[in-house]
Amino acid sequence: MNPSAIELRAVRKRFGDTAVINGVTLAIARGERHAIIGPNGAGKSTLFNLISGRHPVSEGAILLNGAPISGLKPFEINRRGLARSFQVTNIFHNLSVFENIRCAVLWPLGYRYSFWHRLSGLRDARERAEAVMEEIGLARRRDTPAGVLSYAEQRALEFGITIAGGAEVILLDEPTAGMNRSETAAATALIRKVAAGRTLVMVEHDMSVVFDLADRITVLVYGAVIASGPPAAIRADPRVQEAYLGTANA
Amino acid sequence: MSTEARRCEPLNPWRWLPWGGAAAALALLPLVFRHGFALTLLSQMGIMVIFALSYNMLLGQSGLLSFGHAVYSGLGAYCAVHALNLIGKGQLAFPVSALPLVGGVSGALFGVLFGWVTTKKSGTTFAMISLGIAEMVAACSLMLPGFFGGEGGVTANRTVGRAFLGISYGPATQVYYLIAVWTMVATAAMFALTRTPLGRIANAVRDNPERAEFIGYDTHVVRFLQLVLAAFFAGVSGALAAINFEIVSAEALGASRSGGVLLATFIGGTGWFVGPIIGAVVYTFFVGAISSVTKAWLLYLGLFFIVMVLFAPGGVASLAAANLRVAKAGLFGRLAPAYGAALGAGLAALGGFATIVEMIYYHELEAVNDPVLRLLGLRLDVTTAPPWFGAAVVLAAGGAAFWVAARRVRVRWNEVHERLGRGSA
Repeated sequence: MNPSAIELRAVRKRFGDTAVINGVTLAIARGERHAIIGPNGAGKSTLFNLISGRHPVSEGAILLNGAPISGLKPFEINRRGLARSFQVTNIFHNLSVFENIRCAVLWPLGYRYSFWHRLSGLRDARERAEAVMEEIGLARRRDTPAGVLSYAEQRALEFGITIAGGAEVILLDEPTAGMNRSETAAATALIRKVAAGRTLVMVEHDMSVVFDLADRITVLVYGAVIASGPPAAIRADPRVQEAYLGTANA
Repeated sequence: MSTEARRCEPLNPWRWLPWGGAAAALALLPLVFRHGFALTLLSQMGIMVIFALSYNMLLGQSGLLSFGHAVYSGLGAYCAVHALNLIGKGQLAFPVSALPLVGGVSGALFGVLFGWVTTKKSGTTFAMISLGIAEMVAACSLMLPGFFGGEGGVTANRTVGRAFLGISYGPATQVYYLIAVWTMVATAAMFALTRTPLGRIANAVRDNPERAEFIGYDTHVVRFLQLVLAAFFAGVSGALAAINFEIVSAEALGASRSGGVLLATFIGGTGWFVGPIIGAVVYTFFVGAISSVTKAWLLYLGLFFIVMVLFAPGGVASLAAANLRVAKAGLFGRLAPAYGAALGAGLAALGGFATIVEMIYYHELEAVNDPVLRLLGLRLDVTTAPPWFGAAVVLAAGGAAFWVAARRVRVRWNEVHERLGRGSA
């Protein structure tokens, strides 16, 4: 059987005495669009930080395409084909939009730590960066320093850096946070397009985005999974309605 | 900083203009400044340019504040001077012209030795460890007199190599040209490095180390490689200093040299490639020329540094770039009167201040022999009140006028930039 893209086995995370993740077991199949929802403080972002290697797990194991990744550094996990975005925009503010994106394609294209290639001679890196800029709608802002972009543009760049490397598994932490209705619609369409052929996991508060995009939904409450399944089943689940949707959809 | 790489770069003659201009200037300067002192100063400027540029590979490009960069230039200088002595004894066949390579390679090797530990973290941790390593190496220089030459240092004779085409490195002019050529080569190499994948990723690590880890980069390795490369060029500058002075002492790797390169780089500006070049020239001028005129040169350097940090934290380079942008928009005329007023007032205040400083020095050291200080054609009797009173009045009036003028500059500056902002938006 094909291994899952991401698998969590009895994962626990404690910060000091506070248990934030209480034994999460979860499998996300390849090619799936999976949303993780739950009330504030449920541990969704922490779960992302564990999967992407930002924080080490306290107990349990995390597997990427069947291979254990818990204990690896973020860059090691990234090189194995997992990229993530951040809830709080996390970009290279002194570099131009183009440089931001190009930095994100250098490792996957094999240029690594090279100090013997001329950047301006790397056609593949330039073309890939330009294609991504086109895709996220920032081609016009090519030479603008990232730090002076508008909020929505910075969110787009954040997304662009995440997808530019061509990772198979993509984690998006609240990709539409702070966006208005039309921006959210554009972002949703873009995510759908980019997710084709890849595995997508996202934390999202906007229920219309979640039910629009996700193949499966996992509901996290107090660091534990209370339900996981297709959108229709989640919508109908009484525990979910009680714990979460009941307040959100009232 | 570079937002380079237009679609394709055909042979653009303007791109080569700064390089050609710099090479021509380096070639012609000794013909203009024939004085031996000027030549010495120019040689030291070249050495400092390489050193400051290598320092900025850490500070400006990688966000690493080092308090111990002289370790690498100093150790490079020691290795070069020992190699020079081996050449002299006939135990080593190596051209003196290529000696900077010995300095560079040994600097890089020490970079490998110390760098892996120092670059583990950036920020304060890196700064503190770099200081610790500098102290450690300075202590070693006293513990190991065999290598470091103890108090007196290690001397050498640069003319030991076989003369090639009449180049013996006896005359100072020949040493100057050696330094000039190496300065051009090292500058071009360091510039090229800023436009490689590693150079750009170093910028990314400087801006946001966490995000760099999530696009596949081990930030520790990036910082380490940058440090080793910077140590190479620091070693090159150290070897050139060894050839120039024919002596290397513990001073070469001491704290004041590490502090000096930080000062020079910051004054020039860390955000631009040319910044450290400007800073090295200004700094060497201060140390070399002003120190021959006044004993208080270090005080003036400190004052200048404080003024730069307060009024132009981006350094001379960013100040120049900002004004160039204004001038291109044809708005410099709005700033010029305010600049003129501030400059006049500032010079008056500086004159008053310098007079007081010089009178204090004179009063403490020389006045017993002759109470009259001769300063720029003035005869000031430092044992009487009027010169002190006069200087204080000039300083106070100049300072007050500068205060007012500086505020006017700020107002005009904001006006101009509001217009510029509207123009580009």
